[in-house]
Amino acid sequence: MSALVARFGEYVLGQLTQLGQLLLLFFDIARTTITHRPRWSVTIEQLYKIGWQSQAVVLITGAFTGMVFAVQTFHQFHKVKMDTAVGPVVSVAMARELAPVLTALMVAGRVGAAIAAELGTMKVTEQLDALRSMGTSPVNYLAVPRFLALLVALPLLTAESMAFGIFAGYVVAVQMLGVDQAYFLKHMFDFTDVKDVGSGLVKAVFFAMFIALVSCHKGFTAGEGAEGVGRATTQAVVVSSLTVLIANFFIAVLFNAIIPP
Amino acid sequence: MIRVEGLRKSFNGAEVLRGVDFEISEGETVVIIGRSGGGKSVLLKHLCALLKPDAGKVLVDGIDVVPLGEGELPPIRKKFGFLFQGAALFDSLTLFDNVAFPLREERRPESEIEQRVMEMLGLVDLTKARDKKPAELSGGMRKRAGLARACVARPKYMLYDEPTTGLDPIRADNINELILRMRDHLQVTGVAVTHDMTSAYKIADRIALLHDGRIYAVGTPAEIQGSTDPVVQQFIHGISDAKVKGEVPHGAAANN
Repeated sequence: MSALVARFGEYVLGQLTQLGQLLLLFFDIARTTITHRPRWSVTIEQLYKIGWQSQAVVLITGAFTGMVFAVQTFHQFHKVKMDTAVGPVVSVAMARELAPVLTALMVAGRVGAAIAAELGTMKVTEQLDALRSMGTSPVNYLAVPRFLALLVALPLLTAESMAFGIFAGYVVAVQMLGVDQAYFLKHMFDFTDVKDVGSGLVKAVFFAMFIALVSCHKGFTAGEGAEGVGRATTQAVVVSSLTVLIANFFIAVLFNAIIPP
Repeated sequence: MIRVEGLRKSFNGAEVLRGVDFEISEGETVVIIGRSGGGKSVLLKHLCALLKPDAGKVLVDGIDVVPLGEGELPPIRKKFGFLFQGAALFDSLTLFDNVAFPLREERRPESEIEQRVMEMLGLVDLTKARDKKPAELSGGMRKRAGLARACVARPKYMLYDEPTTGLDPIRADNINELILRMRDHLQVTGVAVTHDMTSAYKIADRIALLHDGRIYAVGTPAEIQGSTDPVVQQFIHGISDAKVKGEVPHGAAANN
């Protein structure tokens, strides 16, 4: 029994240590961003890799989510002769929840894994030590550009996902399922507010911070060898995805309390 | 001058360094020899504060680097050039950009960077490979490129971590020659860790044997070669523990 308690205690301590390290990394990134000159070329390169190259996967996810949501809601609303409610339901759901969460999950899988694998490989091949030995902070050279690039790219990708999801839902509802176009659009604009889109974009900013922090931290603290890098990569994806899902609930509750829908 | 006093370091409860004391004077090249996993690279990383010791001091030009924070260390670290065991070139950069990295960090003009990088690439015979990525280079070329990057900012101290490991004898000798050429060309103080005795005899002004977490013996290459100490003899002649204890039959020992 005491061994079990000791192991549980070790686990809790380990988790708290990681949380502490994440917070320290966040403060280090924030401090470095303010006190050091920005590395624009590296940041733009990351913006291209993180933002531009993620577009296809994000847009396909957004579009098909909007389409399936339109199909499913149409059949429910059709039973009560409220076909045109599909428009606002799809748009509000895409703006508030589906686009920010699904985009963040796709980016956590694609970009979070790439960041953790790259930084982890740099750690095990002593490239991080090489940077430090030349007086360059790995946080400044590696973490800050990725953090800033994600902070810019994820809200933009989320906005694209929203737009494509709503448009795809419109096409399915109006062209395939025969919902009246004028009422679809009117109800959609009547019931979708700027704050719906705003809350989705603000969520994306938080998710970007979580994905960047977790992925950089896992990369910087990767264990030795290929196994260590593999474990860091898996953990980066799992932990950032779970963080996105859990944080989404609390942010939604907070937003609803501050700005009622 | 670099002075190490009572340096101790443990990893996961295992004490690797158990009170290391030694001194490196200006202009000399000291080679630290010792068994694999004996803490040689750990000791080297302490010299430029890449690792923090559990106890002890590391004095670089009279400044104890141990209590300094990460923010205060860059000026100290810029006094060092470090040739890592696997060269640690940045995968995403070309050879030219790798060697130019320390100069770009110092925001030197591009014309000066071009001139100094090409000079260093010339010294290590890699001028034609300037636009290649590290993955396209052989092990020997990577070591030479690592050496060029370590030296390009004209450091006061050079640290070499196993500079000849993994290279054939000819390429290893090539690296030794380069280290001597760099020493003569740039007048740097050098510390190398290796278990390659041919390399040690060639590049060292003094050799220090790290044994059991401490500096066990120090001397010129001739003094080390002439030492009658059994631990020194065992290491420099590469005699296995089993042979020392007499557990291996005489014939088997002769064959090995």
